Amino acid sequence: MRQVAILGIGQTVIDEHWDKSLRDLTVEAALAALQDAGRETAGGVFVGNMMSGIINDQNNLGPLVADWTGLRGGDAVKIDAACGSGAAALRSGLMAVASGELDSALVIGVEKMTDRPMREVTAALATAADADYEVEMGVSFVGLNALIMRRYMYEYGWQHEDFAPFAINAHANALHNPYARLHQKITVEDFEKSVMVATPINLLDASPIGDGAAALYLVPADSLRGGTRILVAASAAATDTIGGHDRPDMLFLTAAYKSCREAYRQAGVGPEDIDVFELHDAFTIMSALSLEACGFAERGRGVRLGLDGEIGPTGRIPITTRGGLKARGHPVGATGVYQVVEVVQQLRGECGPTQVPDARVGMAQNIGGSGATIITHILKRE
Amino acid sequence: MEIPRHWRLKQQRYGLVGEVCPHCQVKVFPPRDVCPNCGGEARTPYTFSGRGEVYSYTTIYEAPAGFEDKAPYTVALVKLEEGPLVTAQLTDLGDKPVEIGMPVEMVTRRLRQDGDDRSILIYGYKFRPVMN
Ligand SMILES: [Zn+2]
Repeated sequence: MRQVAILGIGQTVIDEHWDKSLRDLTVEAALAALQDAGRETAGGVFVGNMMSGIINDQNNLGPLVADWTGLRGGDAVKIDAACGSGAAALRSGLMAVASGELDSALVIGVEKMTDRPMREVTAALATAADADYEVEMGVSFVGLNALIMRRYMYEYGWQHEDFAPFAINAHANALHNPYARLHQKITVEDFEKSVMVATPINLLDASPIGDGAAALYLVPADSLRGGTRILVAASAAATDTIGGHDRPDMLFLTAAYKSCREAYRQAGVGPEDIDVFELHDAFTIMSALSLEACGFAERGRGVRLGLDGEIGPTGRIPITTRGGLKARGHPVGATGVYQVVEVVQQLRGECGPTQVPDARVGMAQNIGGSGATIITHILKRE
Repeated sequence: MEIPRHWRLKQQRYGLVGEVCPHCQVKVFPPRDVCPNCGGEARTPYTFSGRGEVYSYTTIYEAPAGFEDKAPYTVALVKLEEGPLVTAQLTDLGDKPVEIGMPVEMVTRRLRQDGDDRSILIYGYKFRPVMN
């Protein structure tokens, strides 16, 4: 297998883009990545997307995206792993380039969510879960995470406000990210009095949906000579039961554990070597569980890292440095690509006030469903 | 409308019919033919008692399409006395506050209407506090 480098990145602002369609957003991000890479063509196009068939009445995104970005004719396909679609698309593009099948790949994550009323988007998000045994019982995707959070608080004795630092850190960091959905500083008081969505999860525990697209341009590392290179040092995916109730242990992200252990092995690093970690903070509880599964905290102690001030850009393990899902926003199928774009920005030193000093090794972890698909990537600057 | 999809699940929705693994004796719900515990073939039907306790719960305020008119309502993970966890709504709560560990039993209730006024009503299991 060949070493692969990320040569170009692109992203759109995440927002309610009333004036832009799914294809407009895609083109904007794709052209930005092509321009950043200094390339005009790509050997293949890999599109990460969750709900275009439900929300936009549009499937077959491979050729649509290839055609509209001026890459008509080549290999192009859509990859679905619910909210983990972005990282799944990257992993597919990566395997194609690493294997020698393709000499370059354009990976795009896109989601256009706000054309439909929220109740329909809520129903579409729930399709990540078990349709017959979870969704038909009236549980929303937020509700599934709420069930996990309630039990976690019960088992380990945390209060709701103990989760506030995850949201506060994300919002503080997003203030310096021009592509973020939310630019609004929040306090513990804001966090505690926010509108309830599914107890104990309120609006400030949850990441906002939005419209957005992000893109990466992949090439074999040995095709680049001189200068700084951003290498993909590891890519590992793992799965768990689709239904949360089918897991023997709901409070541990087994698939996160498996995928990050494999990623650490591939990259030859451990948790202590990770300078920046863009984790999947769809809900504050997921930040805690991800930190625990990936070896940054003992079980039941992930919340402590936030309370102790260890998650900021100069902390022991900086997370959500560009706002995370919580404040950068969560255009579901695009999120995994945004995370990797942001790790590249950190390794390039482009993050201004939220730059992690001398970041050399960065990790991104994208989750599909309530822990069913978990994909970890580790990047290194050299 | 998806009538066959709901019709196929009638034994599970009305009777909590799962499976028992003939190899390791683990009780499985929902039925899945491959035992999640030992990986063996499990096709022996098993009817659960419907008794269990609340393992976790959430009150849903922002409901998905099809359930908006019911909000707020409470969904729980119920730990069945035979072992499995199921996701289901709680019902007949009255003024009783829900707590983790609360004993509950299965009842059949309307889950939702699939589509407009002329469409099918979907029934299935919910759980209510055990009456003492
Ligand atoms: Zn068995």
